[in-house]
Amino acid sequence: FDAFPEKLLMFCSFWGTSLHCKTCWVMFNPKSESFCTSGTWGRMLSKKEKKLIKEMWERLTPVAEDIGSEALLRMFASYPGTKTYFSHLDISPGSAHLSSHGKKIVLAIAEGAKDISQLTVTLAPLQTLHAYQLRIDPTNFKLLSHCMLVTLACYLGSEFTPVAHAAMDKFLSAFAAVLSEKYR
Amino acid sequence: MVAWSDQERSIITSIFSNLDYNDVGPKALIRCLIVYPWTQRYFASFGNLYNADAIKTNPNIQAHGTKILHGLDRAVKNMDDIKTTYAELSVLHSEKLHVDPDNFKLLADCLTIVIAAKMGSGFTPEIQETFQKFLAVVVSALGKQYH
Repeated sequence: FDAFPEKLLMFCSFWGTSLHCKTCWVMFNPKSESFCTSGTWGRMLSKKEKKLIKEMWERLTPVAEDIGSEALLRMFASYPGTKTYFSHLDISPGSAHLSSHGKKIVLAIAEGAKDISQLTVTLAPLQTLHAYQLRIDPTNFKLLSHCMLVTLACYLGSEFTPVAHAAMDKFLSAFAAVLSEKYR
Repeated sequence: MVAWSDQERSIITSIFSNLDYNDVGPKALIRCLIVYPWTQRYFASFGNLYNADAIKTNPNIQAHGTKILHGLDRAVKNMDDIKTTYAELSVLHSEKLHVDPDNFKLLADCLTIVIAAKMGSGFTPEIQETFQKFLAVVVSALGKQYH
């Protein structure tokens, strides 16, 4: 979904909803002179979706290490360029670094899921970390998000319904967008 | 020309030989229409797509999902020249159906998720990598004849 105003206006009037830019989390205002042209647009998460996301991540917290390390492994396998950010760690399957790092990531996502409307507040310290220290190219967030979805599909099977998938994809996109807010 | 190792070939043929096309095809298409609702624009003539339940029970979507997977089967049977195999399909999607080629990747991702949900832990990172490589070639071939 690109940023041409005509398409966005059509979308808003067709679905009767407002859109938020997935990249910079700016709300689309058809009357504004300029608006974000950088990213893709999506609807805000509904109350139902926020509840679903919160519950799912609550369930996944006890297996944070497994989910996190698997998502990372999948990303390293399918997108070898992502390994360049981990040259200082041992990221071989089963390594302690992989487990602890995977756990860290999943717990941060689960924390954000507890109160999605406060995402910017919850993630403030991580925003600073990623922008000024880690400086991970934000395209990589999409790659990890995709591998996280695959991991969830493998783990949850038929429970990972299309509706749950849609909500999770939106949440992870929002998470990544907020994470990269301080980049520039 | 894309190079396939023996292991990659066997992974792809194995995955597809264990699929029920009538089940997985529709599931992938349904998922795509729900997760990426703008893709519904290409199915205006298919009837009721107003909510998830309507999409899931729509017989036109069911039939089309199966058709798509049979189309993928042709790529599996011609892995060494997917580009030529799909030349006509590419023209069809461009000239007649007017599908934005970015959408091919969306459907490919949904198919990956459906296969992952089906295979569970059997869908290892290495198998995922091979499957995604295959779908990337398919997506590229489908977009080849656009101009």
